[in-house]
Amino acid sequence: MSESSYQIPTMADMLARGEVPEILFWVGCAGSYDDRYKSVTKAFIKILKKTGTSFAVLGPEETCTGDPARRAGNEFLFQMQAMANIRVLNGYEIKKIVTACPHCFNTLKNEYPELGGNYEVIHHSTFLQQLIHEGKVTLKGGGSFKGKKITYHDSCYLGRANNIYEAPRQVLQALDAELVEMKRCRTKGLCCGAGGAQMFKDAENGKKEINIERTEEALATGADIIAAACPFCMTMMSDGVKNKEKEDKVKVLDLAELIAKSEGL
Amino acid sequence: MQYISQIAFVLVLILAGYFLSKRIRQIRKNILMGRPINRSDKSPERWKAMLLIAFGQRKMFKNVIPALLHLLIYVGFLIINLEVLEFILDGLFGTHRLFAPFLGDFYTVCINFFEFLAVGVLFSCVVFLIRRNILNVNRFSGLEMTSWPKLDANLILIIEIVLMLAILTMNATDQILQARGHMHYTATGSFFFSSILIPLFEGLSDQGLIMTERFAWWFHITGIFAFAIYVTYSKHLHIFLAFPNTWYGNLEAPGKIENMPVVTNEVKTMLGMPAEDGHATPANPDEIGRFGAKDVNDLNWVNLMNAYACTECGRCTSNCPASMTGKKLSPRKIMMDTRDRLEEVGQSLSKGGKGLEDGKSLLGDYISKEEINACTSCNACVEACPVNIDPLSIILQLRRYVAMEESGSPASWNAMFSNIETSFSPWKFAPTDRFNWSEELKQNPKSE
Repeated sequence: MSESSYQIPTMADMLARGEVPEILFWVGCAGSYDDRYKSVTKAFIKILKKTGTSFAVLGPEETCTGDPARRAGNEFLFQMQAMANIRVLNGYEIKKIVTACPHCFNTLKNEYPELGGNYEVIHHSTFLQQLIHEGKVTLKGGGSFKGKKITYHDSCYLGRANNIYEAPRQVLQALDAELVEMKRCRTKGLCCGAGGAQMFKDAENGKKEINIERTEEALATGADIIAAACPFCMTMMSDGVKNKEKEDKVKVLDLAELIAKSEGL
Repeated sequence: MQYISQIAFVLVLILAGYFLSKRIRQIRKNILMGRPINRSDKSPERWKAMLLIAFGQRKMFKNVIPALLHLLIYVGFLIINLEVLEFILDGLFGTHRLFAPFLGDFYTVCINFFEFLAVGVLFSCVVFLIRRNILNVNRFSGLEMTSWPKLDANLILIIEIVLMLAILTMNATDQILQARGHMHYTATGSFFFSSILIPLFEGLSDQGLIMTERFAWWFHITGIFAFAIYVTYSKHLHIFLAFPNTWYGNLEAPGKIENMPVVTNEVKTMLGMPAEDGHATPANPDEIGRFGAKDVNDLNWVNLMNAYACTECGRCTSNCPASMTGKKLSPRKIMMDTRDRLEEVGQSLSKGGKGLEDGKSLLGDYISKEEINACTSCNACVEACPVNIDPLSIILQLRRYVAMEESGSPASWNAMFSNIETSFSPWKFAPTDRFNWSEELKQNPKSE
C-alpha cells in the first residue's frame, strides 16, 4: 500500500476541504496512548480504509469522555469533559460516531444526550458485524483461524450495560473458528475487574484479583485466543494470561485485530 | 357464646388493621424521605416490566430449581388468600364455610385445589429450610447475614409451614365432624390432602374435634393477620413491594448514570454558557444541598423503596466480582444497610428524636469507603436481582459524596482526576502526543 493511503483524515482537514465524512472514529485515550491498544486502533483504521469507509478522527482535538471521572464520583470533572467534547462534536456537526471502546461508547451514547450531545453512536463490534453482513468484509473460509478455538469475553459496558451480546459473537463466527463459551457469559459474564474506574487504582484487599478469576475461566475453555472488545478488558486479560505464564500459547486479541489478521492487513 | 366470638373477631380485625396501616404509613413516610426522581413516564413499558418480572417471575427463572419452589409458594400465597375472604366473612357473621352452599361442588374443587397448593407451599418451605440450614447454600451466608437476618428467614418459612398445617388440620377435623352429622358443619364433599390426616383426629370426641377445628381456624386467621404485620418489619416485604419496585424500575440503559442537573448548571456557568433549563437553578447556592449521598435522605425515593423490597436472597452478592474475590463489598449489604439506617432514622423521628441529626450517617457508620471503592460498576448485581433492585445506583451516589464533598477518593483516583484536568486523559500523557499513533501507522503500516 502506498504511504499516502495511511494519511489519517482529521475533522479539521475535512472541514478545510469542505468534506463531510460519513463517520467519526472516536479513538479514545487507550486507543491513542496505550501501546497495546494502539494496535487495535491501527487494525480498525486498516479495515476502514480497506472497505472504503468515509471517516475521520478528531486527532489532537479529542479528549477523555469523562467516563472514569463520573464513575469515581467526580461529576464536575465528568461534565466539564462532556461539555467540552460536545462543543467540539457539535461544532463539526457530527452525526455518527464509531468507537472501539465500550466505555466511550456508553458515555457518548447514553450520557451525552442529556448534556446536549445527540449522535448515533456505534461500537466497533456492531460496526464490524454490519460490514460483514453487508459483504464489505468477506472473510475467506479456511483462513488463519480455521480450527482455532476462540472464546469471547463479554465487556460489561457492551453486554449488561447496553445489551450487546450477539454482534461480537457474529464477527467471531465469520472467522470460521470454533467459538467456545465460558461458563459465565452474556448476561452472566464476569467482569474483568477494570470497570467503574478500577482501571486507575489498585484493587481493595481480597483473596484474589478479579482478572485472575476471569482468566482462569477463559483458560479452562482450552481456547487459543481470548477475544476482547474493550481496552480495559484487553489489559486485564493480557495481564491475567501473563500471570498464568500462558502468553506463548494463548493470545488476547481484539475483534478488529482478528479481522485485520484474517484479511492479511 | 356465638356473639362473643364475633365480637372477638371484630376486635382482632380492627387491631390488625390498625397496626398494619400504622406501619404502612410509617414505611411510606420513610421512603418519601428520599429525594424526588421522575419514574412515572412510559407507563406501558412499566406495566409490562411489572407483569413480566414481578407477576411473571421472569428473572427468577435464571435458576430453575429455586424458581419452581418459589413459584409454588408464590402461587399458593396469591390463591390461598382468596380463602381468607371466606374466613373474614365467617368471622364477622358467625357463619361456617359461608361460600359452600352457594358454590356447591365447585366449592369442593376449590378447597381441594387450595389444599394442593398448601401442600406445595409446605413442601417448598421444608426444602428451603434444608437449603438454608443443612445444605448451607453459599448465597445465604456472608458478613451481613448476622443472626437476625438468618432468624428472620427461618421464622418466615416456619410460620408459613405452621399456617399451612393449620388449614389442613382444620379441614381434616371438619370432615370428621361432617361425617358424624354435626349440625353446624355443612357437608362439603371430601378434601383429598386433609383426609390423609383424618386418622390422627378420629379418636377425639365431638367436643374435642370442635375445639381442634375452632382452634385451627382461629390460629390460621389470626396467624395471617400477625404474619401480615410481621412482614412489614421483615425482609419478606418483597411480596408486596416487588410490584411497585418493578413498575418504578430503571428503564434506561443500565450503563447510564443518573445526571446531576445542579452540576450541569454550575458547569455551564463556569464555561460561560447559558443555563437553558432553569429548573435546577437555585437562586442561592446554599440551597443546592449536598453533592452525592452521605445519608438516606440524599438518595432518591426509588433507592429507598428498593431497600425495603430486598428479600436478602443474595443473588446480587453471589454474582458480584468484588464479593466473589473476597473484597468487602456486598451489594446485598448495601441494600440492607440502607434499609436499616432508614428504619433507624424513621423510628427516631416518629418518637420525636433527632432522626438524621443523630450524629450517624449511612456512609461511614453503615457503609465504608472500602466497600464502595471496590465496585466495578459491572451491573451484575442489577442484572441478578429478581425484582430489579439497583445497588449500583446507591454506590455511585455515595462515591459522588466522597469525591465532591470530602475530596476523599483513593489517591490514585485523585491522580487520575488531575490527569484528566491537565492532560485530558486519565493517564499522564502529553495531549500533544495524542495523535502520534497516526505517524507510527504512516511510517510502518505493516507492523502491529
